[in-house]
Amino acid sequence: MNYTNTIKISVNALKRNKFRSFLTMLGIIIGVASVIVMLAIGQGSKKSIRDQMSSMGTNLIMVMPASQQRGGVMLGNSSAQNMTLNDITAIEKECPAISAVSPEVRSSGQAVVGNSNWPTSVYGVNNRYFSIRKYTIKSGRSFTDNEIQTYAKVCLVGQTIVEKLFEGKTDVIGQTVRFKGIPLMIIGVLSEKGENGMGQDQDDLIIAPFTTVQKRILAITYIQSIFASAVSEEKNNDAIDQVTTSLRKTHKLKDGVTDDFQVRSQAEMVQTFSSISDVLTILLGAIAGISLLVGGIGIMNIMYVSVTERTREIGLRLSVGGRATDIMMQFLIESILLSVLGGIIGISLGVAATSVAASLMNWPTVIMPASVVMSFLVCSAIGIFFGWYPARKASNLNPIDALRYE
Amino acid sequence: MGKTIIEVKNLKKDFYLEEITVHALRGINLDIKEGEFVAIMGTSGSGKSTMLNILGCLDKPTSGSYLLDGVSMGELSRNELAALRNNKLGFVFQSYNLLPRTTALENVELPLFYNSKVKPKERKERAIEALEAVGLADRMFHMPNQMSGGQQQRVAIARSLVNDPVVILADEATGNLDTRTSYEIMALLQDLNSKGKTIVFVTHEPDIARFTTRQVVFRDGLIIKEEMVTNRLNAIELLNALPVEESI
Ligand SMILES: Nc1ncnc2c1ncn2[C@@H]1O[C@H](COP(=O)(O)OP(=O)(O)OP(=O)(O)O)[C@@H](O)[C@H]1O
Ligand SMILES: [Mg+2]
Repeated sequence: MNYTNTIKISVNALKRNKFRSFLTMLGIIIGVASVIVMLAIGQGSKKSIRDQMSSMGTNLIMVMPASQQRGGVMLGNSSAQNMTLNDITAIEKECPAISAVSPEVRSSGQAVVGNSNWPTSVYGVNNRYFSIRKYTIKSGRSFTDNEIQTYAKVCLVGQTIVEKLFEGKTDVIGQTVRFKGIPLMIIGVLSEKGENGMGQDQDDLIIAPFTTVQKRILAITYIQSIFASAVSEEKNNDAIDQVTTSLRKTHKLKDGVTDDFQVRSQAEMVQTFSSISDVLTILLGAIAGISLLVGGIGIMNIMYVSVTERTREIGLRLSVGGRATDIMMQFLIESILLSVLGGIIGISLGVAATSVAASLMNWPTVIMPASVVMSFLVCSAIGIFFGWYPARKASNLNPIDALRYE
Repeated sequence: MGKTIIEVKNLKKDFYLEEITVHALRGINLDIKEGEFVAIMGTSGSGKSTMLNILGCLDKPTSGSYLLDGVSMGELSRNELAALRNNKLGFVFQSYNLLPRTTALENVELPLFYNSKVKPKERKERAIEALEAVGLADRMFHMPNQMSGGQQQRVAIARSLVNDPVVILADEATGNLDTRTSYEIMALLQDLNSKGKTIVFVTHEPDIARFTTRQVVFRDGLIIKEEMVTNRLNAIELLNALPVEESI
């Protein structure tokens, strides 16, 4: 008995039972394809959240006032007025792990240009803010120290503002945007940044000197939040510690008094979000696992149902002189052919479905080679085992018992 | 007549069921010489099929010895027995046992697939020859479900012939067929026998047994009678004598 003969016998047997072969393959195809698609979607959303969060800067440090209560009434975070420019100066001086720091004051309202208006926010910052928040200036310039000191009525605008208020014109520099009655001259335009991980449009903003927003728009002297960059992602924790120490000092907090501010790093938030999407991936993985199981049970079913007919076939093959090894070989090759063919079709289908989902429904997807390999191996193992095991049992029977099997 | 091809001594076969043990064969002694055409007769349940299955190496005896062509079957491994079934024995079943959805030609080729000495080209040629010998050359590419019972049985006989075995064993090969078709099968077997093939043929129909050369009668797992067939019938003659259209 040589291999070409065995392979020929196996191929003939598969051709003779086209429908059964197809059903067996279908189990493998569905199992493999669904695992690939599910994990691609799960992994894709995780990666896109991660990417978007990192695009906001992984060494970003944020300081916000802590929630306070006055006479038992919770005032919420933003109502606190305990941070001032002194804090910025102190952080600049005392925190070696911080490379840049900027205050932020924010005002929301309608921006008006001629007849058009658009609801947006004006962020009052210093000119380190652009590097801290990873904004790049597409055209024009940032503001100068002089403009900050003189509360100059200048601003930079995001792409959404250019679109909504200037119909996408390119030469908006020198034009004026009115915000809460204050005319701000555009001195720069920001490059497009897209949405962040939480779906906010990062291009829908106006950036002005913080002094301008404090004095002219909000009429306040405190600052609402502080944004800073740690020198590197690894130094995030040092940076948080140093900022905390520095702020406690400027705020004159005694030992044992809780912080009246909170320091957060972007990296922490990235972690929070990726652990959320980890849960999603696990969920999708579980669904995929179930389809794998269903596919596997399908394969077993087909194999099992055909055992009677195939046991007789085995009996006949034994009775005309087939050896047990010849017959096991035949069934092994049959199952391998089915599994490999089904696996290849399943992988192609899974990859195709993934790219359809990606382009049609705009889902982020990442195909993990591990999921391809794993699903293929699991399905093939099931297919091969359940093709081969009953055959092994049958081919060790006396030929007459196999022939009479029912 | 030449050498002894089958030599069976004190052969016993028990089947162990849950509560009882069935003694299907209880000490059989039987010699069959080359070129004989032996009919095994007997009532239902007397052990005919059990005997034939053991002769065909499809089953193993509980005790006793069986020599085929001088080789003791009890000492052979499973693989050696398989090789023996492949090139010394041809088995014909009552229920044909053809592979479904497989052409007559491929069914006949089957034993040759397990004979590594036969090349693909020769395999096909020999299968066609065997089909010609049973008069089915024109049905080569038909599936079993496209053929009558008699034709299927002839395919099965062609399959048993194709490896040029020493002995052909047939278990009620005519059991499912009408008179005319049975005679056709017997004519075929008589022809093979006249060319020197040893045939062992199980039947419970006395008139079918009269086509053979010797009758062995079983009862309750023992041989109760053995006799040569005196006025042997010729199947071809009988076939010609039959009315052309049998009207039943
Ligand atoms: N696989 C088996 N398991 C248990 N008992 C069996 C088995 N095969 C045969 N027998 C028993 O052995 C005895 C002989 O059976 P066997 O099939 O040889 O009879 P037979 O002469 O061929 O009958 P028939 O003419 O009906 O085919 C019977 O009593 C039968 O019940
Ligand atoms: Mg019988």
